[in-house]
Parts: sequence; structure tokens; C-alpha cells
Amino acid sequence: MLGQSDDMVQLLTPDGRRVDHPEFTFRGTTDDLLRSLRDMWLGRRFDVEAIALQRHGELGMWPPQLGQEAAQIGAARAIRDGDHVFPSYREHSMALALGVPMQQILGFFRGTDAGIWEMNDKFRTYALVIGVQTLHAVGYAMGLQFDGLVGNDDESTNSGVMVFHGDGASSQGDVNEAYVFAASYNAPVVFFCQNNQWAISEPITLQSRIPLYERARGFGFPGIQVDGNDVLAVQAVSEWAMDRARRGDGPTFIEAYTYRMGAHTTADDPTKYRARDEEEAWRGRDPINRLVAHLRDIDAIDDAHLKALEEEADELGVRTRASIKELTDRTMDELFAGVYAEPTVALEAQRRQFKEFADSFEED
Amino acid sequence: MLQTFLLPDVGEGLTEAEIVAWRVAEGDVIKVNDVLVEIETAKSIVELPSPYAGTVKSLLVSEGTEIEVGTPIVEIDDGSDDEAPEPVLVGYGASEAPSRRRRRSRQTPDRSASEAMASAYEQRAPGRSTEEVHPAEPVRAEAVGDPLPTAGEAPSESSLVLVEDNDPRAKPPVRKYAADLGVDLSTVVGTGPDGTITRRDVEAALAFQRLEQEPRQGRVMNDQATFGGEQRAYTATGSHGFGGAAGGPSGFGDFGAGFDPFEGRAERRVPIKGVRKVTAENMVRSVNTHVHVTEWVTVDVTGTMEFVETLKQRREFTGLRISPLLVYAKAICLALSRNPELNSEWDEERQEIVYYRDVNLGIAAATPRGLMVPNIKNAGRLSLLQLSQAINQLVQVAKDGKLQPADYSGGTFTITNVGVFGIDAGTPIINGNESAIFCMGSIQRRPWVVGEGADERVEPRWVTTLAVAFDHRIIDGEQGSRFLHDVASILAEPALALLF
Repeated sequence: MLGQSDDMVQLLTPDGRRVDHPEFTFRGTTDDLLRSLRDMWLGRRFDVEAIALQRHGELGMWPPQLGQEAAQIGAARAIRDGDHVFPSYREHSMALALGVPMQQILGFFRGTDAGIWEMNDKFRTYALVIGVQTLHAVGYAMGLQFDGLVGNDDESTNSGVMVFHGDGASSQGDVNEAYVFAASYNAPVVFFCQNNQWAISEPITLQSRIPLYERARGFGFPGIQVDGNDVLAVQAVSEWAMDRARRGDGPTFIEAYTYRMGAHTTADDPTKYRARDEEEAWRGRDPINRLVAHLRDIDAIDDAHLKALEEEADELGVRTRASIKELTDRTMDELFAGVYAEPTVALEAQRRQFKEFADSFEED
Repeated sequence: MLQTFLLPDVGEGLTEAEIVAWRVAEGDVIKVNDVLVEIETAKSIVELPSPYAGTVKSLLVSEGTEIEVGTPIVEIDDGSDDEAPEPVLVGYGASEAPSRRRRRSRQTPDRSASEAMASAYEQRAPGRSTEEVHPAEPVRAEAVGDPLPTAGEAPSESSLVLVEDNDPRAKPPVRKYAADLGVDLSTVVGTGPDGTITRRDVEAALAFQRLEQEPRQGRVMNDQATFGGEQRAYTATGSHGFGGAAGGPSGFGDFGAGFDPFEGRAERRVPIKGVRKVTAENMVRSVNTHVHVTEWVTVDVTGTMEFVETLKQRREFTGLRISPLLVYAKAICLALSRNPELNSEWDEERQEIVYYRDVNLGIAAATPRGLMVPNIKNAGRLSLLQLSQAINQLVQVAKDGKLQPADYSGGTFTITNVGVFGIDAGTPIINGNESAIFCMGSIQRRPWVVGEGADERVEPRWVTTLAVAFDHRIIDGEQGSRFLHDVASILAEPALALLF
């Protein structure tokens, strides 16, 4: 498979067999794997329900994550208290796993929340502007350095930042600037790139002549490719990279080699730009199926376990549909209030202007 | 209470869509997210799942109608007591809040907001068809970049099955569909997600049942089921090709008893658009440029029919639909290798004749979206098994109405099959810029003279008429005739393929 390197870290094959890797070992327990299975399962269902809600006319749009669950949940396992995650806009499984209420995610795509999320101690707001979050993340990581939260002897006081972006964003100017700043300041940040092979309709092979992870070396920090559909490998690699960040060893680039099984968003049609053979090939590398196969092999789950998961997913579906009915619009005051801790003069002026404008409307 | 589903904007900023096919009927009991309807927008064909569970009360828009976003399309009784209506869909819909408007407006907008938005984003204005935005005219697509990943590493079938379940799994509309057709779901193999049974699977099972039950004698042996099924362009849906079907005049589809497509008037006017328009333009261009000549030959293809039966018994062909079309396609590829003039194109602009090394074999298909000619890339280099797999896949995709531009661009030679409809032969029109087209007629039991001298006698044999139309600018009678003769020889005696 093109762009896939011989060095790609894999610990669980597509048919569910555990394999060894000279440098990386999965240190988690079976309970971790069961938790990951549940997170992936429910994340997938949430995604499917949200697509349906878009088709019902309840959401303006939705970016499906089908197929990328392992990349997100493996990474989520490596996040601990004090760490900060800057997502793009497709990290639904990870958002749920890190405790973001589903209503916030839905409100974002229903257009009711104006991008204001309740503070989550680990997971920031989605960013729709491609790649912009990488700059925010590097800045935040530099802030951790300034605050003395990196590289302390007492390991428990250290924190790191993980930022998500896609293969398409890696072609973006902002993102490359973020790489440069991260390297220059040795910022405690992990660039977690979900290479899902397609930037809307543009294949990765057109954007990069070399595997993406190899680019990191040019910026001056290590890059590593991991099987993004292998939740064990993703967790192992993410833990290693986050440890480096917290220790003060600087940035890491992780290329999670995966595949977007669905559309870029509900507004496009992938059958127009890519081949079915390709989708079929990736269907055989499904992240959930391989984990299920492995857990069955070691007798950690049975049919009853999966049935219970499916029932939980059904229940989540009901909650998803119900919760969207409870969403209410944010007010413009809330939007202004959320920009700075203390309002600036310019912002106050803008607020007044907007109020005048809003008052110029009358009831029909 | 009665819930009304409004046509949502499934893209970003789309203003209208066409109702392509209803997947439910009035009276159907449905669950949340059962597929209600297939719609086509400027961007794609999309299935709309139901927001409500309950009973389908009425379908408010008929198939083929283009409607604006926000139009009520279906009413569903959710079985609850009446209460206040559900508020607010995103951006449209029945908002309960009073609408507000600007008191001092300096300019009176002369366009509606949606039109203004549409033009701002260079979306199409209401009323233009999909094809005007995305012309269906084939372009020769060059593959860009490196080859796509190939299959492999797929886990075994068993590890993909998550929950073992003996009950056949199918959604309620499919269950009803199967019940209506008298198909026992426990006999159907599901090919949908997680092995669920789809409408197509039910149809395939039905076609198989009929094939089993039908007496062999006198049967029209062609690919009736190949491109039949869900097509609406022909009324012969589900029946064995010609005649017999219950539908009305061609093109109106099956709307059920009591539906009057004329709405009481003496004529019915349909705008020329979409696939019909593109088809018409292509036909006119073909007739005005190619110098068409058609030749026929009637031949005993009993050898081919026996060969088809042999193939069906072969283990490697298990699960594949084997039909005479497969042998025809192989014979044509072999004959083209010996008569390359028929695999060519006239380049008027450069005053050159382009001969193609590879045969991209087009197969004319009546698809849900109209006449399309998807082609099998590099068919000449495929083994019989690979060719069979390619045809099966093409048929499936065409039947699903999911052909991609790459599927129907770059063709070099076309097969059309009027035998499907019980027709003996025809004078086909050459497809696109190609130089020849082959027409399959029906294969029927006919009296045929066999043997010689004292042994001469009349026997019932499988007999058919083959036709080829070619462009006389490039292809002389000699070459056209040699080609047709070669095809006929192989079909009469498939072993002769060894000579090619």
C-alpha cells in the first residue's frame, strides 16, 4: 500500500493476531482493551446516528469518522490529567471518550453553539478552519513550558499537548509554521496526523511525494508511522510520544495510517472520486473487527458481551436523537463574553455595534 | 400524531433535489432511520432515513419530481397523541418563533435569500438539472498518481461476523417486499452490511427461483435479470423481458392501479433533460459522424449454451452469475485481437485513426438512471474467470445506479443486448467515438439443419442472430465481416477459441 512504510508500527494484524515490534510494546491490560472496544463501538454508533440526524435535517452538516475509531481511541488512552488535546473536527470518538457531552458536538454542527463549549479539562473546541488548531496547540504547549509544567523531575507534575490534524492539513501553511515553532521551542506537543488518505477528493499521493511521517525529520523532530486501525499500536506509540513531550524531549509527529470509510462531510459523495476496490480493501482492515477478533481469541468477550454493547449503542442512539431537541441557540452576548477573560476596548465597541444592528430588526 | 418530514438540505447550501425512488409505501410500518426515499441533488444520490417511527401515512411527492428544500415529502403517524408540532429544522422548516425582519432596509433585495446564497457560492440556480452541472458526457480519464491500494489482508469471513444470529436479518420494508413477492427470507443470502438482506438480494433470490422452476424448453436464454430489477426505463421490470409486464406505456414506471400519469389531459410533456438529453445528443452526434453499416449472421450457439452450463458447475465460478454474455464478451475480445480495426477511433481533428491496444469493453445497460454504457477496462487481457467477475461487478454497480464517471469513460467497443427483451436482432448505433458495436439477439430454440448427406436432418438447437454495426470510414466490409465471422465461429464452437 502506497505511503505505508515497512517501519509502520503494528501490534495487531487486520485479522486480529498480536505481533511483536522491536521498539513498541502494548503495556495496557485486557481491561484497557475492553474499554477501548466500548469507546470505539459507541463512537462509531454516535457517528452513524449523527449522519442520520443530518439527513433528517437536524444538523447543518457532519464530518463522518467511520474507520478512524482506533486512531482516536488509541490516542485517547495516552491522555492523562493535565494534558490538553486540540482536535480538528472529526475526533468524535475521542471527544466522547474524554468526556465531551454529545450535545456540544451536535450543537457545533447544528450551528446553535457559536463555537462556545463548556470547559473540558482535556479537550478543546473543534476547529473547522483547516489546521489552525496546530498553532493554538503549539502556543499552548509553549505556555506549559513557561509555567514550568514540563520536564520536571517529579514526573507527575508534567503535562503535554496533543494536536490532531489530517493529511490534507499537512499541506497547509499554518501547519508547517506550527511545526517550525514547535521544533524551535522544543514545545511539548505531539502532532497526531490521521492520514485517512483523502483530503476531501485529493489523494494523499498527490500531496506528498514521501510518506508523511518522513517530513518530520526535515523540521527537526522524530516522525513515526503507526497502523491507525490498530488501537494497541496507536496507544503504545501515543504513550511514548506524550512521555517525550512531558519529559521535555520536544515534539513528535505521529502519522496514524488509516482510512476515512465515509464521505469527507455529508455534503460530498466519495463515489465520485475514489474507487470501490480501495474502500473494499480498507474494509478488510476495519479497526473494530480486528479488536473483536483478538478479544474473542483470548476469550475476553463473547456474543453476549457484543450484544450488550449493541444494546448500549442503541440506547446511545436514542439519547443522541433526544439530546438534539434540547439544544438552544447561544446569544451574541455569550459569544462576546467568551473571547477574552477581560473584555478589550475594541471588543466592547464591536459588541455595541452589533447590538445596534440587532436592534434594527423588528418582529414580523 | 402526524409528523411531516420536510426535504432537508443534505449538502451545504443546496436548494432543491429530485425524488428518485420511494423505499417505503403508504401503510408501511417503519423504525427510526429506516430508509424512506432516495433523492438526487446536484452533488449526489442520497438516501434519507426516517426521523420518526410509525406508519407511513402518505407520500406527498411522486418519483421524478424536483422539489425545493423544505417541501413536505412524507407524513408519518408516530402513534402518539396530538401535541404541539415539533419545532425547527436547521435553517428552514416550520419555526415557531416569529420571524423578524430588518426595519430600515436600504436596498430591497430583488432575489430571494436562497437564490442570492446560491449564486454567491456559485451553486446552480433552481431549475437546472444535475447533468447541466455535471455533464454525463464521458471524458477519457487518466489515472492520476500511483495505483490505489489493492485488496489483501482482509480477515476471514468468520471474524467479520460480530453476532451470530440464525434469524435472517432484513429491514421491515425489505421484509414486506419479500413477503409481497413470496420470497422466503430464510432462503436468501444477505449481502448488505453485517449480512443483512437487501432488496437486491430478494430480487436475486426470486430470479433464481424462477429460473429453477421454468421449463428449459423454449426458454429465452439471455440475461433478462442482468440489468432488469429496479429499472424504471423499461416496464418489463421483473418479468421475462418482452411483453407481459403490467406497467403502462414505456417511461411511466409502475405507479400502481388508479394512478393516471396524464392527469386527465390528452398529452403529457416531459422536459428533455438528464440522461435522456445526454443520450439524445450522443445518438445524434454518432449518426451524423459515423458511416453506419450493419451486418448479421444467424448461428447455432448450442456449443456456447453447453459451455455456459459447464462453467456453472465449476467450483471457481461459484457465486458468479454465468450467462452467454460472458462467452460473447470473451469471443469479441478474441475476435478484436485478430481484427484490431474494430477497436479504434476516428480523430477528425488530427486526421488520424487511433488504434487501441487495450479493449475497454462497454456493456449497454438500462440502469435506474437510464441508458448507460459502463465498460470493463482492459477486458482483452482478462481470463474468463476475471472477465466473469468484472461483468458481475459491473452489473451490480449499474443496477444500484452507482456508476462513477470512470466506469463509463474510456470505452473502445460496446456490446448491446436486445435479446434481453426477446428481440431477434437490431441495427445498433455506435457508442461515442468508438468505431463498432455488437448487438446480441435473443437465443431461442429453433429448428436447424444438422449433419450432411444421408445424415442430414432438422434438430431443435439454440439459435441466435448476431449483428455488428461499424464505421465504414475506418472499417471495410471485409474487416467487419471477418470480425463477425470470427465471433460467430467461437460461439458456435467455443473450443475454436484455442486457435486465437
